Amino acid sequence: MVEVSAVEISGVDKAKERRKTLSDASEKSEFVVFERVQKSYDGETLVVKDLNLTMARGEFLTLLGPSGSGKTTCLMMLAGFETATHGDIFLAGRPINNIPPYKRGIGMVFQNYALFPHMTVGENLSFPLEVRKLGKSEREEKVKKALDMVKMVGFEKRRPAQLSGGQQQRIALARALVFEPELILMDEPLGALDKQLREHMQFEIKHLHERLGITVVYVTHDQSEALTMSDRIAVFNDGVIQQLSNPDDLYERPENAFVAQFIGENNRLKGTIESLNGKIVHVAFDDGCQSKALAVNCGGKGSRTTLSIRPERVALGWDEESNTTRGEVLELTYLGDHIRYRMNVHGNPDFVLRLPNTSGHAELAVGESAKISWKSEDCRALDP
Amino acid sequence: MSDSVNPILAADGTPLKKKLGQALFRSRVQAFGLVVPLLAFVIVSFIVPIVVLLWQGIHDSRYAELMPGSTLALSKWDGITEPTEEMYSALVADLIEARKQKTIGKVATRVNRELSGTRSLFTSTARRAARLAAPYKDALVEVNVAWGEIETWQAMKVASRVYTPGYLLAALDFSLSADGTVTRKPENRRIHIKLFLRTLEISVVVTVACLFLGYPIAYLLSSLPLRTSNILLILVLLPFWTSLLVRTTSWIAMLQAQGVMNDLFVAFGITGDDDRFSLIYNKTGTLIAMTHILLPFMILPLYSVMKAIPPSYVRAAKSMGATDWTAFWRVYFPQSVPGIGAGVLLVFILAIGYYITPALVGGQDGQMISNIIDFHMRKSLNWNLAAAIGLVLLVIILALFWIYDRIVGIDNLKLG
Repeated sequence: MVEVSAVEISGVDKAKERRKTLSDASEKSEFVVFERVQKSYDGETLVVKDLNLTMARGEFLTLLGPSGSGKTTCLMMLAGFETATHGDIFLAGRPINNIPPYKRGIGMVFQNYALFPHMTVGENLSFPLEVRKLGKSEREEKVKKALDMVKMVGFEKRRPAQLSGGQQQRIALARALVFEPELILMDEPLGALDKQLREHMQFEIKHLHERLGITVVYVTHDQSEALTMSDRIAVFNDGVIQQLSNPDDLYERPENAFVAQFIGENNRLKGTIESLNGKIVHVAFDDGCQSKALAVNCGGKGSRTTLSIRPERVALGWDEESNTTRGEVLELTYLGDHIRYRMNVHGNPDFVLRLPNTSGHAELAVGESAKISWKSEDCRALDP
Repeated sequence: MSDSVNPILAADGTPLKKKLGQALFRSRVQAFGLVVPLLAFVIVSFIVPIVVLLWQGIHDSRYAELMPGSTLALSKWDGITEPTEEMYSALVADLIEARKQKTIGKVATRVNRELSGTRSLFTSTARRAARLAAPYKDALVEVNVAWGEIETWQAMKVASRVYTPGYLLAALDFSLSADGTVTRKPENRRIHIKLFLRTLEISVVVTVACLFLGYPIAYLLSSLPLRTSNILLILVLLPFWTSLLVRTTSWIAMLQAQGVMNDLFVAFGITGDDDRFSLIYNKTGTLIAMTHILLPFMILPLYSVMKAIPPSYVRAAKSMGATDWTAFWRVYFPQSVPGIGAGVLLVFILAIGYYITPALVGGQDGQMISNIIDFHMRKSLNWNLAAAIGLVLLVIILALFWIYDRIVGIDNLKLG
């Protein structure tokens, strides 16, 4: 469990300018608050376990995790389609547990867009304005503005079925934005797009967020999407936030073995702690060799630990200041800009090395035994 | 331009279009070969009998075949003036022949349809026809004064027509006279139009009732978790596995004067013991039983369409600020319309031809048009009139189908 405090992020400034009505600082930093929220569907297992989360106004927060980790449930509770079994959810300081979804004023983009097939694009966009009883001219103006925002002007008369996946995605986005909600929820909105379009849309959503200063809660299971777009990422597993931090912290300073494994590629080495020396621990592997590592989330002397090392932080050859060992090359994959070696290191046959394809780089053959090394601070001792 | 001058050729030099046609022809022949047995079965056992039967609605050659001489004589007659001696002599010759061939009964029945009471006139006269001598007019009138009446001859003239609109007109409560004029039947004999209207009324009421009862159930089925909804679906399907007769007769047990419903009404003091509701053997009984029996035909298409509507649509509508009702009415309902279309059409077309249930629980004023068709098929043996009524019913259904297509659109219909 990670206690979360609001972090001020650049880019929130614009949102601050936009919303002068709420001058209270806590209102800004505590726009969305989950307080000890639990959720169970069957009364036997908890899908969300004691969730505490605080979001600032204008923040782009991603809920990242494998399927079944509780991230979508959290989003649905925030939107009002699921009720929390225990705990409170606050929106702009107001508890919203008993407010029906249609009164929450939260925009939402659904996984399969949920564009109404029996309405044209224009009717889809003006729907949220109609139910708010806006006048015709005002509706038309706002629809046009929203379409302009996603560069889809001129598509008003089309039906959703006549649009490509990417165009439908834009319309869904415009529809969530058209009534100018302060908070937008996105439930894996890019899941149905092909890779190229997905990457393009990631940047468009990111830019829209920056331009409009809206607050976004984004759910995805795609870690690269989360890293690209988010101000902060909450990594979910088993109904619990494993770590909540900004993308580079998450990648470079994972706080437990799950996060280290889930975000990016990771090498794991299991061992026992021999001695603890300030921030550095000595770890003995099962084959008797030793390594120094950064103590992050491990027990005391004699307890088991998992060492986590990123593949690109392992170097070929020996270095006086680093931990050194030998590994047998099992497989090599040529990937253009870099070469990926799979090695057997301290009994782990899935230890990966990633070497940039620079001129004159060392060449290894399968079966060869190579010297490798890593710095102690790149090697994090985490929970077993 | 270059295409038409130099058509694209396949590898062996034949034009590509021709080659494609050949390739497709083979697969078409194969596909057709697969459906031939069923097609033949349907034609022989279904389409041909129906066409032959319906044909009888406008075609009746019985009199013309069995009484050829008098048919010829009658065709020359204008139907108003006094019958001529030529007609009488031709009649006597035909009667003698018909008696010899033992076909006089058929002839008598045919003419009797146009003018009741003429059956015995024909059979008794035929017995004595061989002994009659010219002038036949006086001889026949002496046998029975009815031969001197012009109505008898007019009925024979109508009966002698091979292609006749008479049955169709009778199906619509009109009568055809010998000189070809069409008149409405007297008010107390107009039963078919009344029955057609009642059939339409019952069908519409049953369809509307099924829609209002079935829509919430289908909605519930489609929104419940799969396990629960499967159990409920079995309950919906259960009537399908029970015989129609059993279901109908159990309604008799439920609704009759000393039945379950009336006992309950009395027990709760809704009505007195000597003042029980008559819920069966009338239109009420037909409506209740038919609604129950046809309800699954409404629920199933609705359910399959609703099942395919993702819950995210309604959620999206609510997230945009729509109340539960607005989200349902503006977003959910329009998407369930194809299911409504299918269910309504299915139930209505089944209802309009419904027969067993009204026959058992309908009593006097709960009978429908198919019951009168049945009556003419089995009791009065007037198959021609039965065919004519069937033809009218078919035309009405086709017309309603056309109207439905114009309003709802037949492609706006989904069974699953």
